[in-house]
Amino acid sequence: MKQESIIQVENLTKKFNDFTAVNAISFNVKRGEIFGFLGANGAGKTTAMKMLIGISTPTSGNAQVAGYNVFKNPENIKKSIGYMSQKFALYDDLTVKENITFFGGIYGLSRKQIEVKRRLLVEELGLQDIANELVSSLPLGWKQKIAFSVALLHDPKIIFLDEPTGGVDPITRRQFWEMIYKTANNGTTVFVTTHYMDEAEYCDRVSIMVDGKIEALDTPKNLQKQFNSENMNDVFLKLARG
Amino acid sequence: MKRFIGFIKKEFYHIFRDKRSLFILFGMPIAQIMLFGFAITNEINNVDIAILDKSKDATTLEIINKISSSKYFSVEQLINNESEIEPVFKKGKVKAVLIFEKDFSKKLVKENNATLQIITDATDPNTANTISNYTNSILQKYQQEINKNIKIPYQIIPKSRMVFNPELKSVFMFVPGVMTIILMLVSAMMTSISITREKELGTMEILLVSPLKPFQVIIGKVVPYIFLSIINAIVIVLLSIFVFKMPVQGSLFLLAFESILFIITSLSLGILISTLSSTQQTAMMISLMGLMLPTILLSGFIFPVSSMPIPLQIISNIIPAKWFIIILKGIMLKGVGISFIWKETSFLLLMTMIFIAISVKKYKIRLE
Amino acid sequence: MSISVQHISKSFKEVKAINNISFEVKEGELFGLIGPDGAGKTTIFRILTTLLFSDKGTANVAGFDVIDNYKDIRNHVGYMPGRFSLYQDLTVEENLEFFATIFGTTIKENYDLIKDIYIQIEPFKTRRAGKLSGGMKQKLALCCALIHKPKVLFLDEPTTGVDPVSRKEFWEILKRLQKKGITILVSTPYMDEAALCDRIALIQEGEILEIDTPKEITKHYPKAIYNVKANNMYKLINSLKKYEHHYSVYPFGEYVHYTDKRTNFSTDILKNYLVENQFSDIEIIKTTPSIEDTFMELAK
Repeated sequence: MKQESIIQVENLTKKFNDFTAVNAISFNVKRGEIFGFLGANGAGKTTAMKMLIGISTPTSGNAQVAGYNVFKNPENIKKSIGYMSQKFALYDDLTVKENITFFGGIYGLSRKQIEVKRRLLVEELGLQDIANELVSSLPLGWKQKIAFSVALLHDPKIIFLDEPTGGVDPITRRQFWEMIYKTANNGTTVFVTTHYMDEAEYCDRVSIMVDGKIEALDTPKNLQKQFNSENMNDVFLKLARG
Repeated sequence: MKRFIGFIKKEFYHIFRDKRSLFILFGMPIAQIMLFGFAITNEINNVDIAILDKSKDATTLEIINKISSSKYFSVEQLINNESEIEPVFKKGKVKAVLIFEKDFSKKLVKENNATLQIITDATDPNTANTISNYTNSILQKYQQEINKNIKIPYQIIPKSRMVFNPELKSVFMFVPGVMTIILMLVSAMMTSISITREKELGTMEILLVSPLKPFQVIIGKVVPYIFLSIINAIVIVLLSIFVFKMPVQGSLFLLAFESILFIITSLSLGILISTLSSTQQTAMMISLMGLMLPTILLSGFIFPVSSMPIPLQIISNIIPAKWFIIILKGIMLKGVGISFIWKETSFLLLMTMIFIAISVKKYKIRLE
Repeated sequence: MSISVQHISKSFKEVKAINNISFEVKEGELFGLIGPDGAGKTTIFRILTTLLFSDKGTANVAGFDVIDNYKDIRNHVGYMPGRFSLYQDLTVEENLEFFATIFGTTIKENYDLIKDIYIQIEPFKTRRAGKLSGGMKQKLALCCALIHKPKVLFLDEPTTGVDPVSRKEFWEILKRLQKKGITILVSTPYMDEAALCDRIALIQEGEILEIDTPKEITKHYPKAIYNVKANNMYKLINSLKKYEHHYSVYPFGEYVHYTDKRTNFSTDILKNYLVENQFSDIEIIKTTPSIEDTFMELAK
């Protein structure tokens, strides 16, 4: 069964003056895949991701995301993807409902569509009691789950998650990943970065960046074999330590 | 003591590494004073006037000569009767019309007075005033020339003269005011964001869990800015003296002392704002709105305090700038010594101590 | 006792951040506060470093009361707050010098204490702190907290957001510090780091769930845990959740941790169920509970 590639990266490079943050990386992500994008702080992960979501222009190389070229059509990329990061997901001073309505509007959904989606979301996550509460009053775990769903309001083909579970309690973390599984099962591609190595094992394939380059890319199982490790944590330690 | 110095050292690093604060500290004041000095000028140059000479005799011709050869006026048109006055104003180029009455010379000699009407375009009242004054002075000079012993009275719109500023140089009025505003603004704004920046960045937590005492932090943040503001003040004074040709009649030493005092007052006010604000934005807003506007409006810089309603006059007493402007004008333009300005000086001292005392008290030694 | 906390409670407006917290830390111990964001860890730290008042309860650090003798505490502890809170526009060296100076000492005086750590960032000593990578920032912050040779070290989530390699290095440093007799109170959301502490307190939503050594805590886990694997992780989770006898089903990396309600449970029963549901490549192996398992069980 041939799976089409929804992200194609070829020799993608980003330089800041003399410093090369991302050094000619190449990889593909298949449709419906859960792709883990790992690396140490400063390895170039965030820079690479910014190029893929269309908010940073590459210095050289090429990449296609959801069928659009990162150089020529970054605006179309932004419309076709969902994005959620730890730093910003929802507006603290708006209620849950208001956030959903707001982001729905930004993504170009009509009023009717927003209403439908909102009802679905509230039901699915069981938000009935807190739908009219300010987001700031919610525990972190709830915020993350709602933010994730909001990023999917417009049914994007790919969703980019930048360390979505940082600091969240273990139970909520797992509930979050179950949501990720469900999303992937529905055909949405999930591109996720994380510092939790056990979460790396939930991914179909994982890439590890070291000093701007991709030093490993394979399924977690194969990587563990390749590096003679018991788990992804060990793989990471062996690779990053050099 | 070593701790204290270590702290001040750090503050200097922050100041010199933040390009924006450097710009505010040095660039803005210089730019402002140049702008104020050159642009906002009440002087007039080459104002277009028209003349209606009903006499056309030797005297009037001589006066007209004097007027047209002065750099203030440019005789644009000679008109022949009253009906031409309105159209000439309406065209807009001419700002004043001088009307010499009929038989001007004869009247001067026979009746000891002759009338020169000065009709000015009062849509710009300031210029209108100035035109009258300049014309006045030209006429007076002429009078003194032709008639040393006899005073020839003439009818003219009377205007008050500015003492110690016979040429009505607007710069003399503005420089003390601008210097005050700049020093106050820069000092207060800079220090007001200083403490709040630490709160915002989170470094305040670490400062608190250390042996540093509150007053060490507060004074430590004021000291670097004293040095820098002094440099600022020196630059402003040098500019005033050499570019705008302002006199410094009084003692330079006294000027320096009072300036340093005012700088410290402003810095303390800034620190006070800083201890009360939780974010840098709030601090800047309070500095700009709560300091700048009242200072410009109520300090006597532009609008004389004595012509304000009583409540505002009372409020103006708590604005440090008001006292410093009085001190500055006294030293620079009138050359007075400390005996004349001890009252204002004491006020500034008192305010400084109050600001610092409240700051130390309000400085939170805990996070909430 | 180096740190003693007795029945501390603290609310912010209507939210109760911590409720009736008590624990003790012995001299020279490496004690971990383990819990997710919002558990109340930072509030506890701020009360112990005298930055906040508690609503109820008392606390002592190095023999000093947090309210009456706060100045003594501030002179003698090292504190590394949650976010990176050093001066971004000062260099590594300048930051270190500043903290040494305000504590009335010099870098040279206590250099041996920070030597192992400082060596790793020394090549960057003239770089502005804001330009360091996450791992290096943590190391610098640690040096600055240590430079005055504190008796007690408070580290609030020092490894959050830092990659696993730097995290590992950091904990190795902590272990070495412990040998020098410094009491260390650390908080972290990473359960795997908990295993490295002498004793830990599990915290969730302002309440302490359990205090003990890492080993003993996992013994608290009441049930047997099984690692379950099959050909499709997502479907497996759903299937197990539909199974009437399941007690808990949690993904754990490549396996699912499964516990059963029944005491007379045997793996064959489960295997049959999965076979019936068209799973292949089935693996079911008993495993030892981890701190994370225990935490989730206690937090329920």
